[in-house]
Amino acid sequence: MKLQFREPGINPAVLSGWEDAPPRKGFFTDTSICIGCKACEVACKEWNHVPEDGLEWLGTSYDNTGSLGASTWRHVAFIEQPIAKPASENGIASNGSANPDFRWLMSSDVCKHCTEAGCLDVCPTGALFRTEFGTVVVQDDICNGCGYCVPACPFGVIDRRDGSDSAKNVGIAQKCTLCYDRIGAGMTPACAQACPTESIQFGDLDELRVRAQERIELLHQQGNKSARLYGEDPNDGIGGAGAIFLLLDEPEVYGLPPNPVVTTRDLPEMWKRAGAAALALIVGLAAASLKR
Amino acid sequence: MELQKTFISWPVIKQLTSSDHLARGRSSQSKRSATLIPRTNTADKIVQSVCPYCAVGCGQTVYVKDNKVTQIEGDKNSPISRGRLCPKGSATEQLVNSPNRQIKVLYRKPFGTEWEPIDLEQATEMVAQRIVETRARTWQDKDEQGRVLNRTMGIAGLGGATLDNEENYLIKKLLMSIGAVQIENQARI
Amino acid sequence: MAECHPVGFQWVMEAKKRGAKIIHIDPRFTRTSAVADQHVPIRAGSDIAFLGGIINYILESEKYFKEYVVNYTNAATIIRNEFKDTDDLDGLFSGYDPVTSQYDTESWGYRGITEVAAAGPKNQGTKVSAESAQAGQGAAQRSRQGSAIHEHELHRDETLKDPNTVFQILKRHYARYTPEMVERVCGVPQKEFLEVCRAVTENSGRDKTTAWVYSVGWTHHSVGVQYIRGAAIIQLLLGNMGRPGGGILALRGHASIQGSTDIPTLFDILPGYLPMPSVDLPKGLRGYIDSMVTTEQKGFWSNTEGYMVSLLKAYWGEKATSENDFCFDYLPKISGDHGTYQTVLDMMDDKVEGYMIMGENPAVGSSNGKLQRMAMAHLKWLVVRDFQLIESATFWKDGPEIATGELKTDEIGTEVFFFPAANHVEKDGSFTQTQRMLQWHHKAIDPPGDCQSELHFFFNLGKKIKSILADSTLERDKPIQDLTWDYPTLDSGEPDAEAVLKEINGTYLTGEKAGQPLDSYTDMKPNGSTSGGCWIYTGVYADNINHAAKRKSGSDQSWVAPDWGWVWPANRRILYNRASADPQGKPWSEKKAYVWWDSKAKKWTGHDVPDFELTKAPTYKAPKGSRGPEALSGNDPFIMQSDGKGWLFVPAGLKDGPLPAHYEPQESPVSNAVYPQQANPTRQVYKRDDNLSNPSGHDKGSEVFPYVFTTYRLTEHHTAGGMSRFLPYLSELQPEFFCEVSPELAEERGLRPNGWATIITARTAIEARVLITERIKPLKVGGKVIHQIGLPYHWGVGGEALVSGDSANDLLGLTLDPNVHIQEAKASSCDIQPGRRPVGTALLKLVEQYRQRAGITVNTSNQLLSPKKGES
Repeated sequence: MKLQFREPGINPAVLSGWEDAPPRKGFFTDTSICIGCKACEVACKEWNHVPEDGLEWLGTSYDNTGSLGASTWRHVAFIEQPIAKPASENGIASNGSANPDFRWLMSSDVCKHCTEAGCLDVCPTGALFRTEFGTVVVQDDICNGCGYCVPACPFGVIDRRDGSDSAKNVGIAQKCTLCYDRIGAGMTPACAQACPTESIQFGDLDELRVRAQERIELLHQQGNKSARLYGEDPNDGIGGAGAIFLLLDEPEVYGLPPNPVVTTRDLPEMWKRAGAAALALIVGLAAASLKR
Repeated sequence: MELQKTFISWPVIKQLTSSDHLARGRSSQSKRSATLIPRTNTADKIVQSVCPYCAVGCGQTVYVKDNKVTQIEGDKNSPISRGRLCPKGSATEQLVNSPNRQIKVLYRKPFGTEWEPIDLEQATEMVAQRIVETRARTWQDKDEQGRVLNRTMGIAGLGGATLDNEENYLIKKLLMSIGAVQIENQARI
Repeated sequence: MAECHPVGFQWVMEAKKRGAKIIHIDPRFTRTSAVADQHVPIRAGSDIAFLGGIINYILESEKYFKEYVVNYTNAATIIRNEFKDTDDLDGLFSGYDPVTSQYDTESWGYRGITEVAAAGPKNQGTKVSAESAQAGQGAAQRSRQGSAIHEHELHRDETLKDPNTVFQILKRHYARYTPEMVERVCGVPQKEFLEVCRAVTENSGRDKTTAWVYSVGWTHHSVGVQYIRGAAIIQLLLGNMGRPGGGILALRGHASIQGSTDIPTLFDILPGYLPMPSVDLPKGLRGYIDSMVTTEQKGFWSNTEGYMVSLLKAYWGEKATSENDFCFDYLPKISGDHGTYQTVLDMMDDKVEGYMIMGENPAVGSSNGKLQRMAMAHLKWLVVRDFQLIESATFWKDGPEIATGELKTDEIGTEVFFFPAANHVEKDGSFTQTQRMLQWHHKAIDPPGDCQSELHFFFNLGKKIKSILADSTLERDKPIQDLTWDYPTLDSGEPDAEAVLKEINGTYLTGEKAGQPLDSYTDMKPNGSTSGGCWIYTGVYADNINHAAKRKSGSDQSWVAPDWGWVWPANRRILYNRASADPQGKPWSEKKAYVWWDSKAKKWTGHDVPDFELTKAPTYKAPKGSRGPEALSGNDPFIMQSDGKGWLFVPAGLKDGPLPAHYEPQESPVSNAVYPQQANPTRQVYKRDDNLSNPSGHDKGSEVFPYVFTTYRLTEHHTAGGMSRFLPYLSELQPEFFCEVSPELAEERGLRPNGWATIITARTAIEARVLITERIKPLKVGGKVIHQIGLPYHWGVGGEALVSGDSANDLLGLTLDPNVHIQEAKASSCDIQPGRRPVGTALLKLVEQYRQRAGITVNTSNQLLSPKKGES
């Protein structure tokens, strides 16, 4: 038996018991064509019955969602990038030319569905699992709300749901499922289907990576040197993401960690040592069960 | 046999007998997860519709189960919208199933301080009476120069831009017959 | 566009991907600006100066599309010698009457034509007294048609050299709209302006087209119609009309706002843009028709009588006969402006007893919100039909005037009925979207509780009114008794919407086809043998098929997608598409081929339904004395115009001038730099205590209101909020009313980020959260720094919505465009101060203090004619 955590480029579903796994599915969110309409936020909530998440005005540009969380599985960030220096006296800036001196960046964030998923590694109940599509899903019928997964996520995506007892799944850890039910039936996740400009694209991850690469090359050719891909590198700290992004600036600008590392990176070594003992115990238990 | 079936489905056994050695994949899949299907698949009726918000006219697909709308999403066939919807269009299911939606007729009597419940038929009858009375009180046969007016300036309407063509047609037709000319809608605003 | 129509915007993004240049001209940097190639911040209310500048650039640099301009527009037509332009008359056109504040438009006419004609039925000559005109009660807009204009009658100079040609007049008129002037008026640096000019002209011509897209940002002005005219001139000069990828596209905010204009719930028109009968017409149907159509009428309006008689037959069925004028006099007559704002003022004056509001929220969505709510308190009865208890339904209980003490619940005598409405999935019916496409939506479920469609409610209401008056012998009740109102019903008791659509489409009443639907409006007859409720919709039910319900997948048909929905007229997707081919009938270029003359088959063909008589050759010359469509020549693409040409210069039909001229808004922090005339001299003003205006320009007191504010919508909400502020998923995205201000203005006034601000006008003061953003930029206008404030208008004060707040529309006064009676809502002046507004009577005191400081009376800014130099 091989306790393999890291095999860059390999579909994690295959390593998780899905020998016949379909191609790994994912998102490519191209923020360069996002218009910040938030259709993704609403379509996600509507399909997944995610409750309203507070009626607070945040005063942070047009973002009143704040961050991903148990009741926000898509979050559109709005970043107003100010003018470096006034172009003329009185602070009256010229603008609007082909080289804009002001940008309003918008980006729809979502669970990264990491190849090496910390939340999944630490879940003691098996509520979090790797699906045949290579995605990471919380099963709310199993989750007991222990919350171990919450600090394990390097992106702060997963959380336990607050709210009154009458609300759905209160206390249970929640996050994007990449619409597990929809993609299982050959449908597109709700957010990607709604997205007016195809800023959110859904598909086979391999294909999305190619598309992302082509797009970034085009933007670079057009002189947009600060554009970059995020989460596409299988050698990064999470083994590459299942939800990759094209950003127009540093990840930090969008509130994303620049070098995310799976919080359980050292676990394999620990497991190897504990492995033999554990195996003996498990075999013993199974044998005991058979005799019952 | 039954025993064995149960046994084989145990996560721990699945974990050991499959390649999912760490029990983070197939062996952890719950029965519910394994049998999950989208609610659109169980709809007993699928209806083509049009988004009720702005005038782009995006196509909507409405899924109905047990006479209840379970999902509204973009119609991929629409050459206008290609299956996409904005946040408002995406919230249409909530518009339809809104828990705070008013579904009863309410009545506020003159100088009243609260709403009162009222029967739909009775309220409609009362509105018909009000129209007939106001019309009689405010009727104008002719103007001061003796020219035909045939109208009432006592009844006004506002609305239509959110309604169907067929509805606007009946509203205009009825109000023309009673001689009410002050019919307006958002197109003027 | 990305803000309010994100899904429509996908096509802009698609075009951008293919290399199109996207330019966004807007006072604010919006979601659209974020993805545009160029954003041009402009001072709200200065667009005509900007558009005029582009026109000047096109003419001066000779970038116009000459073959198109000479053949398809009225550029070569010679205007009467009597015409005097704004250059000669201090900003007025010839014919202005300072007593009535209206133009006599005779001098604007074509030379040699006694009565100049326009698109649509001609002016019915409604005369108004000087008094009522001054009170803003100008005549209802009547578009005119009049006589046919034959080419042999027209004086034309196709060299475009004659000084009285439209072309030369245009050149002189726009000569003063230089890049310097644009900068001075609009606050747009010349460099940026010229970039726009270059982009627009470089992307127009045989191989390329430019499209202009606007929304109510253009209609909400006291010169709104002339804004759109400005774009029309540009598009005609550049040859961008009637061609794919061209045009002027109006984006509208309500699902069927186009339909509610086609089949109008509007006071001045009947279905299909037939004018409402007016009191001052000669008597009877004949007088009505003759006032619009002459015996030699050119184009498709010539059959107006057929359209009108068919409508009357649809309304009154067998009771409508040729002997009784087809019941023409059953129709009420109008006698001036009975638009929504005039009606609200009439409510204030206790002239209106009853008001029915259907799917609209005037307490929040209409200008001068206080006036709207106060007026409703004057009613005897009010009906509100909506999904939720909107603010217009609850004003008597929790409106802002209850808080100030201006209204007291137990002193409001209005009887209020709230009826819950069915939504679009609970009823069958059609919406007409913004490009004239009818799309059927099918009923999915029954409405819950007492909820009813308007179709059901008004059908029942009509039956009840008919039953109450069934035995009446009064003459006035006959129109009700005789009204056809016998629609087949479904099990629920509601009428069959398809049966109503069929009535709208029209049917043959006699002959072998009796009972069958008409195929086309050309089938309509003036003798009573056809009926039809809206002539432009004829064909939607041809062959007993509901064409609005057509749903052939877009991926299974051509890019024009003719088998999805139905577009009026005749399922034609682009109007005036004859202009997509050259005078000989060939496409201007292969790339832009759309509709063309097939010389072998001897007919017009192409990707769309040709907007031209199918077998009329490009070389056809209309014979002398011909009328109707026959009088249109083969190179007259603008078939609804009396001369078949696109109008650069409008000889008749507009109230405020044949050419757009820049006037400042009713309330402006600057004086008009283009002309001595400050604002539109024909704008509709209301001199009333409940509708005061801020001082404007250099008038004393204008410094009290130094800032410009503009109102708008956000992606996350829908108009006055009835369909968004009650939904958790939308409310949470934009939960509070906020104002957008620049960091410079915030510093000037001490506004704190995320704090509160109070915004004050002569009408009232409201409070908003403060969003300080560099997306709003101060502009330099005529040497002066102008700050603009952005106000989304979705919120209102009431107790029922999930989120509420002060309404931006409360700040606005009523000053209207004289052509269409639409309010100026996009550019007004105000003051802004840090902190929350006072409550109760203290709020009224604050506003009163401002009025006193600025010396405001009912006359402030309401003098239509600006004083001449030296006068004051």
